[in-house]
Amino acid sequence: MNWSQLFTSSVGKKVTMALSGLFLVAFLLVHAGLNACIWANDGGVMFNVAAHFMGANVVPRVLEIGLFVFFLLHIIQGLVLEIQNRSKRKVGYAIPMGNKGSKWYSRAMGILGSIILIFLVIHLIDFWIPSRFGGLGQMYIDMSTHQIVSAGTPGAKEYHDLYGEMVYKFTNYPWISVVYILGVIALFWHLVHGIQSAFRTFGVTNHKYISILTVVGWSFAIIVCGAFIMMPISFLAGWIS
Amino acid sequence: MEHYNMNLTLKVWKQKDGKSKGGFETYQVKNISSEMSFLEMFDVLNEQLIHEGKEPIAFDHDCREGICGMCSMYINGRPHGPWQGTTTCQLHMRAFKDGDTIVVEPWRANAFPVLKDLVVDRTAFDRIIQAGGYVSVNTGVTVDGNAIPINKDNADKAFAAAACIGCGACVAACKNSSALLFLSAKTSHLALLPQGQTERNKRSLAMVAQMDKEGFGSCTNTGACEAVCPKEIEITNIARLNRDFTAAGLAADVKG
Repeated sequence: MNWSQLFTSSVGKKVTMALSGLFLVAFLLVHAGLNACIWANDGGVMFNVAAHFMGANVVPRVLEIGLFVFFLLHIIQGLVLEIQNRSKRKVGYAIPMGNKGSKWYSRAMGILGSIILIFLVIHLIDFWIPSRFGGLGQMYIDMSTHQIVSAGTPGAKEYHDLYGEMVYKFTNYPWISVVYILGVIALFWHLVHGIQSAFRTFGVTNHKYISILTVVGWSFAIIVCGAFIMMPISFLAGWIS
Repeated sequence: MEHYNMNLTLKVWKQKDGKSKGGFETYQVKNISSEMSFLEMFDVLNEQLIHEGKEPIAFDHDCREGICGMCSMYINGRPHGPWQGTTTCQLHMRAFKDGDTIVVEPWRANAFPVLKDLVVDRTAFDRIIQAGGYVSVNTGVTVDGNAIPINKDNADKAFAAAACIGCGACVAACKNSSALLFLSAKTSHLALLPQGQTERNKRSLAMVAQMDKEGFGSCTNTGACEAVCPKEIEITNIARLNRDFTAAGLAADVKG
C-alpha cells in the first residue's frame, strides 16, 4: 500500500479528517486565548499588541500557512466525504432511524461543518482580511507605559486597531453578534462529536480513555465556545468598553 | 408474560426484482399470537396470501434462532425491530400491540441491492471475508487447546467480536452505509489472538480495500451500528481496526 492508496482509502480519509481536525482544535485554543485579551479591559492595548504579534512575527505567519492548508483539507475532504457517503444509499428508508442509536450532532457533522464554513467566510471578511490587507483604523501605544497615546507622541508605536473594529461591529450591529453566536453554537456541536471521534480514529479502544476523552471533548467545547460567545456578549452588555 | 392475540396492519416493501421499481403494499393480519416470532407472523401472512392466490412476500431466513445472520428486516425504522440485541427471527410479537401498524423495509444500501421484496444481496460481505478474514494454517492433528497461553481479557474480546453473524444491520443502520462494524469484528477476533498476528497487517489492508471496492460508505463514528447490532458488537472494534489499518498502511514496504 503506497501513500496515495493509504490516504484515499475510507479509513485513511478518516485519519486525515482527524489529524487536520485536531490541528484546528489546537488553533481554536490559541485563537480563544488571544481573544481573551479583550477582557484586560485596557481599551484594547493588550489585544492589539497580541494581534500585531500574530500578524508580524514569522512563527505565527508560517503556522498560518499550515492553518489554511489544514482548513482547506478538512473542508474539502469533509464535503467530498459527505457527498460520497450520502450517495451510498440511493433508495432511502420510508421511516428514518432518527435518534434511535446515534446523536443528531454525530449525524449532522456535514451540515454543522457547512454552517461553520459560512461563518468562517463571514468572519474572515469581517476581521482577517482588514487586518492583513488594510482597512483598519490605527492606534498608537506607548510601549513603555502600555498606554494609548496620540499620533506623533515620542515613543509611540502604531498598531492596527483590530479591537476598535470588534467594538464597532459588535456594538453597532447586533445581527453580527447573532450570526457569530450561531456560528459558534454550530462549532460547539461539531467539536462535541469531532474530538472524541478523532481519538477513536486514532485507535483508542480502551473504555476508560474513551470516556475521559468524551468528557475532554465536551469540556473543551464548553470552555472554548463559551469564551467565544462571551466576546460579542461582553461588548453588547457593556462589560468592556 | 400474559398471552394475547392482535390484529395488525403491515406495510411491506414489494419489489419484483432488482431492476423493478418497488413500492409499499398494505396487508391485514388477524389473530396473531403474542408468542409468535416476527417471522412466524410473516409465515401466517404468506399462507394467507397463497390461499388468496397472491404471491407471498420474499424474505431471508434460515436458522430462526438468532445465530445465522440471514434475517434482515428493517422494522419501524430500526434494523431487526425495536428490541435491543435481537435478530428479526428472535423478535417476538409481544413487542407489538393490537391495532399497530408495522412498516417493513429491506436493508437499504447500494452495496446491498434488493433482489426481491425484502431480500437483499449481501454477498459483498462474503467477498470482504474472502479478502482476508481468515488465518492460513496447515491442518493436521488437533492442536492442544492450551498450547498457546492467551490472556482472558483478549480471549473474551475476541469471542465477543467473533459473535458477529454478518447480518448487515450495521450497514442498514449507518447513515453512510458503512460496513466498518462488520469488518472490524472480523479483523478484531483474529487480531486479538496470537494465531491472527501473522496476517494482521495484510488482513486489515486487504479487507478495507475490498470494502471500499464494494461501494460501502466511510465510517464517521456515529454509533448507530453498535446500537442496532443483534450481537451487540462494540464500536471499539472499529477503533482497533482504524489503528491496525493505519499502522499496516504506514508500515507497508512498497516501491514508489
